[in-house]
Amino acid sequence: MTAFPFLSVLTAVPLIGAITILGLGDRQKSRARIVALLFSLIALALTLILWHWFDSTSGELQFQEWHAWIPSLGAEYRLGIDGLGLVMLLLSALVVTMSIAASRQIRERERLYFSLVLFLEAGLFGTFTALNFFHWFIFWELSLIPAFFLIQLWGGPQRVSAATQFFVYMMVGSVALLLAFLALFHCTGTFDFLRLSQLAREGQLVPDLASNLAWHRFTPDQIALFIFGGVFLGFAVKVPLIPFHTWLPSTYAEAPTGTTMLLTGAMSKMGVYGFLRIVLPIFSPQVRSMLTPLLWLAVFTVVLSAFAALAQKDLKRMFAYSSINHLGYCMLGIFAVASLIGKAAALTTTALTTTQTAALDGVILQMFNHGLTAAALFWFVALLEARSGGLRGLNDFGGLRRVVPIFTGLMGITLFSSLGLPGLNGFIGEFLIFRGAFPLATWAASLSLLGLLVTAIFMLTILQRVFSGPLNERWSSMPDLAVTERLALLSPIALMFALGIFPQLILGVINSTVIRLVQQVRF
Amino acid sequence: MTAPVNYLFVSAIIFAIGLAGALVRRNAILVLVGIELMLNAANLNFIAFWRYGPHPEALTGVLFALFSIGVAAAEAAVGLALIIAVHRHFKTTNLDRIDSMRG
Amino acid sequence: MIWIVHNLWLIPAMPVLAAGLSAFARRKNRLFAASIAIGSMSLSLLLSLIAFAEVLRFGNQNGTEQVFNFGWFQVGSEWLKVGWVLDPLTAVMLVMVTFVGLLIFIYSIGYMAHDDNFARFFCFLSLFAAAMLGLVIANSLLLLFMCWEIVGLTSYLLIGFWYQKPSAAAAAKKAFVTTRIGDLAFLLGMVWLYSQAGTLLFYDNGAGCLEHTALVKLITQTTIFGMAASTGIALLIFCGAVGKSGQVPLHVWLPDAMEGPTPVSALIHAATMVAAGVFLVARVYPLMSGHVGLHLPTTSAPALKVVTWVGAITAVFAASIAVAQNDIKRILAYSTVSQLGYMMLGLGVGGVAVGMFHLITHAFFKALLFLGAGSVIHGCHEEQDIRRMGGLRKLMPITFATYAVGMLALCGFPLFFSGFWSKDAILHAASTWTGSRIPFYLAAFGVLLTAFYMTRQVIYVFFGESHRFEKAGTLPHESPTVMTLPLVILAGFSMLLGLIGTPAWTWFSTFLNGQQVRFDLRGFAESGVLAVMLSSTALVVIGIAVGWFLYGNKPAPDPAAPDALERFTPQIFDLLRNGWFVDSLYGATVVRFTAWFSRVCDWLDRRVFNGAIQLISSLTLGASRLSRSTDFFVVNRTFDQSCQEAVLSGRLLSRLQDGRVQSYLRIIGIAFAGFVLFLIWGHHG
Repeated sequence: MTAFPFLSVLTAVPLIGAITILGLGDRQKSRARIVALLFSLIALALTLILWHWFDSTSGELQFQEWHAWIPSLGAEYRLGIDGLGLVMLLLSALVVTMSIAASRQIRERERLYFSLVLFLEAGLFGTFTALNFFHWFIFWELSLIPAFFLIQLWGGPQRVSAATQFFVYMMVGSVALLLAFLALFHCTGTFDFLRLSQLAREGQLVPDLASNLAWHRFTPDQIALFIFGGVFLGFAVKVPLIPFHTWLPSTYAEAPTGTTMLLTGAMSKMGVYGFLRIVLPIFSPQVRSMLTPLLWLAVFTVVLSAFAALAQKDLKRMFAYSSINHLGYCMLGIFAVASLIGKAAALTTTALTTTQTAALDGVILQMFNHGLTAAALFWFVALLEARSGGLRGLNDFGGLRRVVPIFTGLMGITLFSSLGLPGLNGFIGEFLIFRGAFPLATWAASLSLLGLLVTAIFMLTILQRVFSGPLNERWSSMPDLAVTERLALLSPIALMFALGIFPQLILGVINSTVIRLVQQVRF
Repeated sequence: MTAPVNYLFVSAIIFAIGLAGALVRRNAILVLVGIELMLNAANLNFIAFWRYGPHPEALTGVLFALFSIGVAAAEAAVGLALIIAVHRHFKTTNLDRIDSMRG
Repeated sequence: MIWIVHNLWLIPAMPVLAAGLSAFARRKNRLFAASIAIGSMSLSLLLSLIAFAEVLRFGNQNGTEQVFNFGWFQVGSEWLKVGWVLDPLTAVMLVMVTFVGLLIFIYSIGYMAHDDNFARFFCFLSLFAAAMLGLVIANSLLLLFMCWEIVGLTSYLLIGFWYQKPSAAAAAKKAFVTTRIGDLAFLLGMVWLYSQAGTLLFYDNGAGCLEHTALVKLITQTTIFGMAASTGIALLIFCGAVGKSGQVPLHVWLPDAMEGPTPVSALIHAATMVAAGVFLVARVYPLMSGHVGLHLPTTSAPALKVVTWVGAITAVFAASIAVAQNDIKRILAYSTVSQLGYMMLGLGVGGVAVGMFHLITHAFFKALLFLGAGSVIHGCHEEQDIRRMGGLRKLMPITFATYAVGMLALCGFPLFFSGFWSKDAILHAASTWTGSRIPFYLAAFGVLLTAFYMTRQVIYVFFGESHRFEKAGTLPHESPTVMTLPLVILAGFSMLLGLIGTPAWTWFSTFLNGQQVRFDLRGFAESGVLAVMLSSTALVVIGIAVGWFLYGNKPAPDPAAPDALERFTPQIFDLLRNGWFVDSLYGATVVRFTAWFSRVCDWLDRRVFNGAIQLISSLTLGASRLSRSTDFFVVNRTFDQSCQEAVLSGRLLSRLQDGRVQSYLRIIGIAFAGFVLFLIWGHHG
């Protein structure tokens, strides 16, 4: 569309911002947040411009940049976005902006904090635009390092162990991913996602793997499955899927709340994105051969995390489990799409396409919605912590609605958005996922409904314990939201309403992409 | 017994005396003297081999001996200078005491 | 296209606008909030009447449904469409909801006059009205479901309106969660329907899911247990109706919902929202019956059988509980559950018209009863225990008169009260049902119980002496006109409305079915009509008589004294007072299981999953310690040892290098000698 290297510029903006902030003098230290906000807003504006120029009728990759880099390593600098990438870019830019806006309580080493946040943003942008494993992986790791320091330097009392746990988990996943891709490169000679996907579609991938990795006694399918396992582990840790999730509750609880917003709003999407961009187009047959266990994992993720959230006493831990739960629906949708056996045989091709499209549409919508809503929820927790001096237990409050009615109202809207109330953003995504998953994996979809029920229970429990009942006199002078806070919160909440009423805003962008993706899955 | 053998005997004896002197004496100057003796034994050999060698008409042996004497003179000068320097430093010329290069 | 069909969305849009405006209004701006809410409701009523007139006009010309559909969002190559429908069912519901809603809004001005959150109350009520109207006009199951959930939300907000009361907050949560159980089954039914029929539109000029093509496909397809797909879908959707309409076994939330302000109970938990379940069944009736149109099918439909049985059981079950309650609103709540059971029964045995007729009449008289109860509570200074009342008929004459009308209508007292006609239609249909006679007997027994508990309540509240209040020094007072006027209007409708559905002039059912109506007295002569009427009348009279015998004409008993019935059979009375212990049962099983399972999950997470990780990390740490000690003790020590050796041997060799020139010379000499010897040797050898 344009020769201008838009995506590289977009990735560079937060990097420049990060360096600018590091270069601020001691006297301008307090301006670090404003500068960071400025740069994140520029990035957001750029993504909006991208959105404007994006041709949503085409499912192909757009704004492509393609340069040879290190040919001997198969490394090419290749960027491009389709609807999925665009939505993820939008989400990242939005969540980073929200996170910076919410990080008012950061008072020490602000420059470092905000420049790390911007580094993280650059990592996110790079991950969502890269089409070659080589620099995709660099960005993937680049986002990890700032996150580690953000947790370790500004986190709660258990921050060191939480940060270590987070980092080690991520590294294990990354190493598995790297090894799997090295094997792929060894066998196919390319790191390019699109070429790999094409090889897979042509049925060339498995023989290639088998002939190059003639591990004794393993059949080609087993070898392919093994490689898939490495990639799967890398993404499953990031999403996370139960049982690869134990880093998440402690990390989310210990990280400073602004960072938690980033982790849940944007970074957890990297895993789902990986499933959509890499696992489905390249490893569809492997997913299919492991379908039942994978669906069980998704169901476990949905149900166990919802019940575990019900047992928590700490708001952040509660929302952390709720996050796992919401992404579990995404995984349900993704795995269901890969199934073409059994039930699907009864469907006609058009019906199948519609069903699969619905599921993937729902998954992407759910990713965006969850990013928005979960980030907003953690923002509310940050505001609550700022007012309560760090307390955030479920039983530490009571009857707050009387003293902070506006806070209650806005947080109530967000909670209901999170539990999937129609008219707010959460509903359509979940509806579409179930619409797609039900005919393809009926039992899994039915079992997962339990998660929706339990989500309602614990969300309402929060409303009941924290905001209703007699006022806890300790908080009788808690200030309600200030005007600036209201204004800042207004935009995510307005977006929740907007997406609840016009889901076409997102669906229109991703629809063609999803149709193409569905074609790619079918081999 | 042919002529060169006699010369060689003489030179071997001189060499042996020189070697013994160099090995046994404690005084550095006498060691130097021993070394000079050994050099002279070598010179004698040069002359003897030249005189009874296959080409006595060319003056190679004489030239060797002359060079050798020159070198020996230079060596004696350097050696004596060294000994003086050592003596200044260690206040002795007894070689058994001078073992600062011991490993 | 007719203007009103095209712009049907305006009807719910008015209250949405009102809700939005009053949400941003200042808290003190009471007049503003109330006036825009009532103004928007009046406009909606006006539009509803226009729509109704339109239906009346076109009803006999071009089919019964007028639809307007539009694409909402893209799913793959197709658009998901939603839209609205104007048919007799919609029109009737629209008029009922807006009319009753308007009256209740007006009543609320008086009832909520002293509340701090007056403006927010109207905001929530308007939002409710909007969602309810949206639900009624929806021509897509998805749109209907969305509005369905939003009415659930407003119900939650309004039950928990007095949020400082922990019981209200708990009741609100219970209501939302209980109905959500049903809603999730509904959701499942919906996605199933969508994936089978390819559309969620009800009517789409032949392509809708309730129309012939799709329906045939659904009926012929069999699924698990040999059910037709349509039956499975219908049953799942019915689960949603069970939750919303408080049918057994999900009825437990409705009595607790009485924690909300009384106008809320009247509007949401009696007249409109809880009837949404009945409306839903009526809306998807072709799915339920496996048969196009709103008539009862000639062949037996399994889904309708379930509806019938659930309805019949609920009717009796809830009525029996109402007998032993002492809270004026809880009696009415159980009565509502029971009446909703009748409506379901009517749908199951008699088709849409029978059930809907009772829905409409019930909306009026139950709203009347609740508002009357609200007036009583208001007059008695927030007293809700009927045993602490008495003799109010002299102090609150208007309330008493209207309440009596409502009571008689609810009991189904003959001829002049609407409940008689609508309930009779249900009983008659039940008596002719081919499936079984038991639902009919259950329903008839329910009639007896209804008459009994209403008599008991009215006697407790309005009869006897009012001396208890005199002692307390605060006499109850009649409510202001703004509250009594709606009562009078509702009372009028409770009496007259029955006339639109008598056997002689079946205007209502013919209207719903889009047929011509004619007046024909022979309707009474149809087999069994008169017999059923007479027997139900007899049951009502017996019920009232027994009530009068037990409670009437006696000095008002001390509040603490046991009830007349309790003296009779204490165990049964206790059982009924506790609602057959269903709440305790759920508390002991479902609730406890959920709590237990959540702890298990937490434990699993902390101990098992995290434990496994901890184990792996400890193993890793252990391995690294082992490796470190191997390094330290084995590798390092060996290396040190060999170093030692090297040093020793070096020391040995370094002895050669003693720094003495002569020993070097000596070595050279020995080496030279050895070399020479070697050469000689080599030469000879």
